[in-house]
Parts: sequence; structure tokens; C-alpha cells
Amino acid sequence: MNQHEALAILAPHLRDEICIHANGFLSRAAFAVRDGEGCFYMIGSMGLASSIGLGIALARPERRVVVFDGDGNVLMNLGTLATVAARAPRNLLHVCFDNRAHASTGAQPTISDRVRLEEIARAAGYRSAARVETAEALRATAPAFLAGDGPAFLLVRIALGPPGPPGPRIPYTPPEMTARVRRALGVEA
Amino acid sequence: MPGPCPADLFVDALRAAGFDFFTGVPCSLVKRVIAELERRGIYHGETREDAALGVAAGAYLAGKLPVVVMQNSGLGVSLNALGSLHLSYGMPVLVLVTWRGFEGRDAPEHLTMGAVMPRLLDLFGIPWRAPDPDAVLDDVGWAARTARATRMPVALVVKPGLFDEPHA
Repeated sequence: MNQHEALAILAPHLRDEICIHANGFLSRAAFAVRDGEGCFYMIGSMGLASSIGLGIALARPERRVVVFDGDGNVLMNLGTLATVAARAPRNLLHVCFDNRAHASTGAQPTISDRVRLEEIARAAGYRSAARVETAEALRATAPAFLAGDGPAFLLVRIALGPPGPPGPRIPYTPPEMTARVRRALGVEA
Repeated sequence: MPGPCPADLFVDALRAAGFDFFTGVPCSLVKRVIAELERRGIYHGETREDAALGVAAGAYLAGKLPVVVMQNSGLGVSLNALGSLHLSYGMPVLVLVTWRGFEGRDAPEHLTMGAVMPRLLDLFGIPWRAPDPDAVLDDVGWAARTARATRMPVALVVKPGLFDEPHA
């Protein structure tokens, strides 16, 4: 299963969730599969997708938030796994696409082949934490995961894609993305 | 030199100015402020200052006007978040940052950041004030107006003695 396939399996189950996409190729791949005002794409501040998602989830408990993260991003900000677990927002779901590499910078290996990130989330205290390795398993897991209570962590093992970006650059300026998500959350500009 | 600003009055001023989401990482110079926020049940402690800024960014997206409390050692940790998140996306936040290493009188680990912090904030284009106790409540209003008008980060710098008697 590659990144595109994994995103395409998840997309039909998404409705009005606020989706926070980590920086790098992940954002570009996700934009190519599904876009909307509630989709926020990070262009920098690597590691902080989970923190941004946590901030929204805490501030707006009635809205569901899905963080689309990568293994390099999660490893860069393991501390927020702990604060997510400690605050335990029911409205926060955390997906980690694990290709075992920093794909956006030349596919340098991470350490997620030896360090099981879903076990770190489980030990931190996420309500649930699971790993899927195949498209079939993701298809079977996605509906219940995306409809369930958080904080829940799902590691999706994906193949490292070919070199080069998986999609076009995000066409919105960063301030436009801020305004889009605020509109999606019913906040006045 | 007037006495310290009581933490409850400072938090009242923050709330009155519209700040309504509080996160951060502690410093002894703001321990009374954090204790007051904790007492009111409105403080979300974070593990790192840049993570706190990420949480604050999310809170802003969700309609809040956030405050991030930190020591200036954490400002170093925060520079990428400020540059590539808040300053890029136009997200306001009040950074309540302490001034360890003020006037070169502090433990050695604070002297470098203490010496460069004003220039660092200027370099990043972050408006800041370092008020004495008699001006800090007015400067909370300034911070809120500036954050709202610019949709960018703004800093209040906490010198020793602002909320607490200075160390002997």
C-alpha cells in the first residue's frame, strides 16, 4: 500500500472533520486525494501537526479533528503524544503514515523500523492504538476508527514512494489556509 | 521601584483583553502567573515551547486568542514554530516570555539568550514590551490590540521582579 492508496481508503469516511496534515510530501499527497475548507496543510513547523490538532480539539470539543502525521513528524514531537494522552480529548484521532523514511528530503531512514510508534502512543495512554500493514486491513479498520472515540492512534504502514513529490504544491497561501479552517470552524475572519 | 504586579490582577487583565487560551512551559519568574492560571483551571501545560505554540495555533484556528508562557531559553526552541507557523500563516499569539540573563546577572546558561533576546525578537519582527510592574496591565491591552490588528505574534517580556520579588 502506498501513501495515495492509504489516503484514498480513508477519504470516503471523512465528513466535516478538521484535518491537519503534516508538512512535506504528506500534505501534497493528501491535497491530491481530497481537499476542503477544513483541510489544513502544514508547510513547515515539522512535528507540530499533533500539537495543532490538540489545540483545536481542546478549544472545540464538539468538533472532530483528524491529524494526518508521518513517522518522522511523530518522532520529532513525541512529547505531544504524552500531552494528547494526558488531556485525552475524545474528539482527536491521530493517523501516522509510516514509510520508515523522511521521504520529502531524500528518503533518509527514520528509526520507526525498530521503534513501534503505536506502542509509544499506547504506553502514553491513548484510548486505543493500532497498526495496519495492508490495504485490506486499513479498509476493515477505517470506518470504526474514524467514527470512534479518541484519542486514538492508527499507524498505517505504507511503502516508500518513488523519488519526487507525490502531487502539486498546495495552491493556497498560508494565510488563506488559516482563513479556510477558521471558516470551517465557524470563526469569523 | 513599585512592588510586583499581583498575578490575579494580571490574569484578570489578560481575560478582560480577550485572551482565552493559555498554554506553555514554566519559568520561576512567572510561577505565580501559572499558579493563578492553574487555580482557575484554564492552563494547559506543554512539554516543549514549540509544542505549546502549535497548540496555541490550533486554538487560534478554533477561535481563541492564545497566550504561550515560556522562559527565554524556550524562545530558542520556538523560533521555527514562530517563523514557519505563526508568522507564515498569520496567527496571533501572546508570548509571555521571561528575561533570564537580564543585564547579565544570572546563571551562566542564561547569559547568551539574555543578551540577544531583544535583538532576536526584533529580527523576527515580533513587537515586544518589557514593562515595569506599574505599566504591565496597560501593556496587556497593547498586546491584545497589536495581536488582533496584525494577526501576528506579540511578546510581553517578564523582567525579574515583575510578578515576584527579585532574587537577592
